[in-house]
Amino acid sequence: MKTKRKSTFIKFIQSSMPSIYVLLILSLWEGLARSGTIAVLFFPSPSSILTTLWHLIISGEVFSNLEISLVRMSWGIFFGLVPGVLLGLAMGWSNRIQKIMDPFIAALHPIPKIAIFPLIMIIFGLGEISKIVAIAISAFFPMLINSMAGVRQLTPVYFEVAKNYGANRWKTFFRIVLPGSLPMILAGARIAFNMALVITIAVELLTAREGLGVMIWFAWETLRTKELYATLVVIAALGMGINYLLQKATALMTPWHRSNSTE
Amino acid sequence: MGLQCIEISKKYKSRKGKVSALNNVDFSIDEQEFVCIVGPSGCGKTTLLKIIAGLLRPSTGKIVLDENDNSDRPRTAMVFQDQGLFPWMSVLDNVAFGLEMRGVDKSTRHLQAREFINRVGLGDFFQSYPNELSGGMRQRVAILRAFLTEPQILLMDEPLAGLDSQTRLVMQEELLRIWKDNRHTIIYVTHDINEAILLGDRILVMSGRPGSLRADIPIHLPRPRRRTDLNRLEILDLYEKIWNMIESEVKKELRIVVEN
Repeated sequence: MKTKRKSTFIKFIQSSMPSIYVLLILSLWEGLARSGTIAVLFFPSPSSILTTLWHLIISGEVFSNLEISLVRMSWGIFFGLVPGVLLGLAMGWSNRIQKIMDPFIAALHPIPKIAIFPLIMIIFGLGEISKIVAIAISAFFPMLINSMAGVRQLTPVYFEVAKNYGANRWKTFFRIVLPGSLPMILAGARIAFNMALVITIAVELLTAREGLGVMIWFAWETLRTKELYATLVVIAALGMGINYLLQKATALMTPWHRSNSTE
Repeated sequence: MGLQCIEISKKYKSRKGKVSALNNVDFSIDEQEFVCIVGPSGCGKTTLLKIIAGLLRPSTGKIVLDENDNSDRPRTAMVFQDQGLFPWMSVLDNVAFGLEMRGVDKSTRHLQAREFINRVGLGDFFQSYPNELSGGMRQRVAILRAFLTEPQILLMDEPLAGLDSQTRLVMQEELLRIWKDNRHTIIYVTHDINEAILLGDRILVMSGRPGSLRADIPIHLPRPRRRTDLNRLEILDLYEKIWNMIESEVKKELRIVVEN
């Protein structure tokens, strides 16, 4: 009895360890900032950052910029994800398409996507389109690579069974290729969303008038460090929220998959 | 539905040039016959089955089905050794897959599949995914899927080879039980001689590379058969006879020198 109760207590402590660490570090930070041991210009106290964040929220500044960044990012992801998945599945399925496309992909994939942003601006102008294109390209490649790998890892037996039962190409695609590669596609989606968030902030730092990246840039130019931190908190929360939702969506869409069923 | 394999040969291209997998395989099968093919590993048994299934084309020769049946039953359905079930489909959808591909609407095919699954006692697993089942259950589902499409010829490629030996014994009798109700024409590939004797009306013995037909042996055992039938004297003799044919092939493959 005694040992059992003790073990659940220890389990509770162990499971809450991460939050305890975070709280410890935050309170240490708070103490050092208040006592003036660290310069508040560079490291404002967590409580003052939260107050600033609260003011930014009630003034509506956070949400208007968040909305702009989210819309921008969503369009980018849409235009990157859909062709990425389709081309990836096609390349995974058909050796001929893969042979044709492989040189292009091999040449373009390794380029850091932010490096071609100036070129994209020359082609698409300084407006919204160039930003969406940059985000789309960043989301495109992880989707393409993972979708292709998703089809490739399917055992040939699946295709033989389908053929043996008389599946046409259409049915083979929707019943075999697409669901079979879905776990890999969704894993790719997580990479793609994270890449898209990085590039969204990056292009906003460079050229935009509104958006979360712009908030950071203004905060830096006017040396309002608290606002800078507050915006970072918003971006971090956004990233975590996206990952959480994608994780939930993955569990919902691929209930058969091992990584889901073991939990 | 009877079937004729007429002088089937199959050559593959490989790095070492052309490899002959099958050489002049010629036999015919009557309707409702349960034919087992045994032979050493690599004798082209699976290749032969895939050719009959239409998944591969023979280099020469042809497959002829006696089309005295005008219904739209599919020509063949194949049960694969393993991994034949789709992990992303429930048991119900897996069993109904053959019907789905034939364009049967959802409620009809699910009704038929449910009845089939219920009949073998897997009714609690309609909504389970294959990776939630044991290996033996998975193969039963795969066998049901093939039976449900009512193929003219059922092709089985070592369907029980991946199972442990105890599960395999039970599954052999289970297979006979399912077959007894429908009496499909079955071609069953195995390398287990006892399994072939227990299941088949006839055994085709194949020799190693390139695979060719070595013997065609009828099994005169009344049905229903039981495992204890394998202890009959004439059956033990038959086992020895078949094993002697295969043993030399296996040794040749393994480069074991036979001393006389």
